[in-house]
Amino acid sequence: MLMRNLSALFAGALFGCGLLVSGMIDTAKVQGWLDIFGAWDPTLAFVLGGAVLPMIFVWRVAERRGVSILGTPIPERMPTRFDPALITGSVMFGAGWALAGFCPGPALASFAIGGWGGALFLLAMVAGMVAAPALSARLSNA
Amino acid sequence: MALPMDWVWGLVGGLMIGAAAGIYLLVNGRIMGASGIIGGLADGTAGPTGREKLAFLLGLVAVPPLLVPLYSSVSTHVTGNPVVLIVAGLLVGMGTRLANGCTSGHGVCGISRFAPRGIVSTLIYLAAGAVTMAVARHVLGVI
Repeated sequence: MLMRNLSALFAGALFGCGLLVSGMIDTAKVQGWLDIFGAWDPTLAFVLGGAVLPMIFVWRVAERRGVSILGTPIPERMPTRFDPALITGSVMFGAGWALAGFCPGPALASFAIGGWGGALFLLAMVAGMVAAPALSARLSNA
Repeated sequence: MALPMDWVWGLVGGLMIGAAAGIYLLVNGRIMGASGIIGGLADGTAGPTGREKLAFLLGLVAVPPLLVPLYSSVSTHVTGNPVVLIVAGLLVGMGTRLANGCTSGHGVCGISRFAPRGIVSTLIYLAAGAVTMAVARHVLGVI
């Protein structure tokens, strides 16, 4: 249990530092990436590329092993279903991401330096997360 | 031709993000999704994975500020418009939980696994983001 928590702590710290180093915590940069009709900033393509490349290799190793180093089964693939929740949720997320320039990771990594604006975004984000299951139930009944 | 430094730092930071996702998967056997980690803790669905999620969150929130003194200035440049912040936060929170992932889970971990749901979600949120940006910035002028 200790190793598991230490590893998670380290992964969270490395993730957050990567978000800071890459410029992802700068909402102006993220908005610049989405602003394809304005002063487009391609930095995010390098961030995503840099993150995906090592993970392609890691997934191959992980799926061959079947279990993690601490013995947890590697998560199985989700059945390929493009359900209304996936589509609607992705549209909502993209819209919110553009409006504030924050997605969940960078909003948390910049909490200590983000001032009241970052804190207000986080508060609304968590409220939205807690409210999501009710909305999800409506979507699946529709 | 030298790459602009922003791109180089983007790549370096990206590799760190990929390494973090790799450790969380190979050691803990978990998919590193920021919205799943914070959402699972917020709505109490984390169950037995709550402790490692909390440890991850602690590292994510507490450690990056330690790097700030290395920079001459670090700013999130976040808007001061409370309406935009609340609407955006609600959309990001609800959207990522409905879609069951965000930039890290669907983007980094999904694309690298060649997972159709991750790839489709990423294409949709990128397109929705670009359209929202075009309308909100260039038509309405609100951001």
